[in-house]
Amino acid sequence: MRITRTVAGRSRRTAVMATTGLTAAALLLTGCGDSGSDSDEADADGNITLTVADFGQFGYKEAKLFEKYHELHPNITVKANTAAEEPVYYTKFLQQLNTGSGLADVHGIEVGRVKELVDTKADAFADLSKVVDSSQWVNWKALQATTDEGKVIGAGTDIGPMSICYRRDLFEKAGLPTDREEVAAKLTGGWEDYLKLGEEYKKKAPKGTFFMDSASAMYNGVVSSNSEQYYAKNGDPIYKESAGVKAGWKLASEAVDKKLTQGLAQFQDPWKAALRQGTMATVACPAWMAAQIAEYSGDQYKGKWDITRAPGDTAANWGGSFLSVPAKGKHVKEAGELVKWLTAPEQQAAVFKAAGLFPSNKGAFQLEDVKTAKLEYFNNAPIGSIYADEANAIPAAVLGPKDGNIKDEFGKQINNMEQRGTKPDAAWDAALEAISKITG
Amino acid sequence: MATTTPTRSAHGPQGGRRAPKPMTPGRQAWRSRLWRFDDKASPYAYIAPFFLVFGAFGLYPLIYTGWIALHKVEMTGLDQMEWVGWGNFSTILQDSEFWTAVTNTFVIGVISTVPQLMIALGLAHLLNYKLRASTFWRTVILTPYATSVASAALVFALVFRADGGLLNWVLGFFGAGETNWVNGHWTSNIAIAVIVIWRWTGYNTLIYLAAMQAVPSDLYEAASLDGASRWQQFRNVTIPALRPTILFTIVISTIGSMQLFGEPLLLEGGINGATGGTEHQYETLSIYLYNYGWNLGHLGMSAAVAWAMLVLLLLIAAINWLVGRFVRKSAA
Repeated sequence: MRITRTVAGRSRRTAVMATTGLTAAALLLTGCGDSGSDSDEADADGNITLTVADFGQFGYKEAKLFEKYHELHPNITVKANTAAEEPVYYTKFLQQLNTGSGLADVHGIEVGRVKELVDTKADAFADLSKVVDSSQWVNWKALQATTDEGKVIGAGTDIGPMSICYRRDLFEKAGLPTDREEVAAKLTGGWEDYLKLGEEYKKKAPKGTFFMDSASAMYNGVVSSNSEQYYAKNGDPIYKESAGVKAGWKLASEAVDKKLTQGLAQFQDPWKAALRQGTMATVACPAWMAAQIAEYSGDQYKGKWDITRAPGDTAANWGGSFLSVPAKGKHVKEAGELVKWLTAPEQQAAVFKAAGLFPSNKGAFQLEDVKTAKLEYFNNAPIGSIYADEANAIPAAVLGPKDGNIKDEFGKQINNMEQRGTKPDAAWDAALEAISKITG
Repeated sequence: MATTTPTRSAHGPQGGRRAPKPMTPGRQAWRSRLWRFDDKASPYAYIAPFFLVFGAFGLYPLIYTGWIALHKVEMTGLDQMEWVGWGNFSTILQDSEFWTAVTNTFVIGVISTVPQLMIALGLAHLLNYKLRASTFWRTVILTPYATSVASAALVFALVFRADGGLLNWVLGFFGAGETNWVNGHWTSNIAIAVIVIWRWTGYNTLIYLAAMQAVPSDLYEAASLDGASRWQQFRNVTIPALRPTILFTIVISTIGSMQLFGEPLLLEGGINGATGGTEHQYETLSIYLYNYGWNLGHLGMSAAVAWAMLVLLLLIAAINWLVGRFVRKSAA
């Protein structure tokens, strides 16, 4: 301590300078955390690697499209980086957009997030309006990824036109019609008819089976078929009084009350196990869901599942994604070309054929692979025509920035009603409280 | 302190082993200045690394988090900060979910720390006997501590699974295998406490063991001459000697349980894990913070939660200190 007392002014200044120097050194050591990935620069021969970051299932692996792109463009290798869960992926993606580091060349965007990105992060994306022709897409899909100024931040990949997947064998045992036209005829009145069919099923239901997997899935089906969902056109959240939410909630609590559901949260392990055990007679079925059902139910139920039109005459869309190119990516131009190729009719048709994700590019509807597509697993259901008819009729739903989170929260509370016997009013209040935090 | 450190004269060398070469006066002045500089500045350089690292990774984030906590900041627009003053804090304090998280954190903290330290004390006592292959046992007991939180939590997630879980399978032999562990409030908290106990008991055992071995053996000899049984020796010799160590482990465990994150996040996993269960039944404060910042994207709120946690920790530390002082006084 004596030392400090005798420090002369000049020495103190030098000490400060030394400290500053050390700080700078420390910052240099720690600050340059730039991940030196091998895809940064082209090598001597002009070879580059494009990375595609996505989540869940985009179908490119199944359709082997990245290999094909490499054959067409020998100097470009495409690498995929797929996250299992979208919420996890999206959180990370936002951070990457904020810092501008760690970004892939192409990023997938889920429909529940696209509005938020269009509203708040449009600057961080390359404008695809010059690269792709958005009039190729079904109109409502193209609008979802377009800003007010006409900037296009994403090219549509798949869409999720709604249908009902049902088990023929279980329907037969319960004394219900099994032919898909006859089933559709019983559902013409809309989702109320779906519940009525459920009550009929329940009277003679084979032991240990349930009419539907989860009321939250039905809820999503109902909300999706309404143009009024969680937000008004002016951007105000209207989930408390929206027609879609009200109808969906009422029907869901009715389904729970009448014990028509097995009450399993979708995509979680118990739900997958139930598909394997074959205890669910129907599942609300956007196009991509059919692939999931086939995967988890397995060969034992091949041909026993079938697909029919969604209840009522309002077409619905649930889910679907976009491909975007972050403006700070390493190879913006090449990435744009890749997106254009991946979302072109031929490639979307290939994805549909390989993984069952339905094209959003209208051009694909005319291709044989889509038009005449039948799903062998689902008793040769003519899904191509079922979905294409519907895709053209889907109303342009009003999207909002927090759609994804709000939908999940309502779904969670419906699952609470099913699994924990939460009273509908209490569940509704809990949902509203949680959502006020989301929009807060 | 510095008074015991021999200091070099600031006015040039005074002998030494080699005689210095004769120097020009200018050069000598320069050297003496260098000497002086070395004398005054080097101590700062020696201690600088800690303060620099602490400043960059401890103090600065702490203060900046406090600054963010007073603003509305969204993950989607980091450059737009809107001043809200204490608004975030008052929102949190009125949020029933926050108090659920506080309760859960304390419940899990208590039901994990208390058994953990008791088991550790017992195990340390056993290891303190003359054992064959004692190093082996000490290593074995530390193994859980060496596993990562993630792998431990994932394995225990399999144990506590509702259908096909190991625990329910075992309980099934006794006719009670229907528990959905993650769904219940108490069952989920117990499940998390079990993971914590499993991971940390060995660590505390070794700390106790080290402290026990420092207890002079003549105390035990004297006690046994007086006819004290093993148990009496443990209670009246070992425990009092371990008192400071026990206090230390309590403080460390308390801090650890305030930061409980990986276990609840991964017990169920997915979006349910990230919100602490479908009804927040096992949501801890760290999960609450994470949910606000990363699921909902409200970074200002998240920062406010972080500061609220700091205040809670300081409160606990103060209580610990008071209790410790009381214990010491009453012992004296």
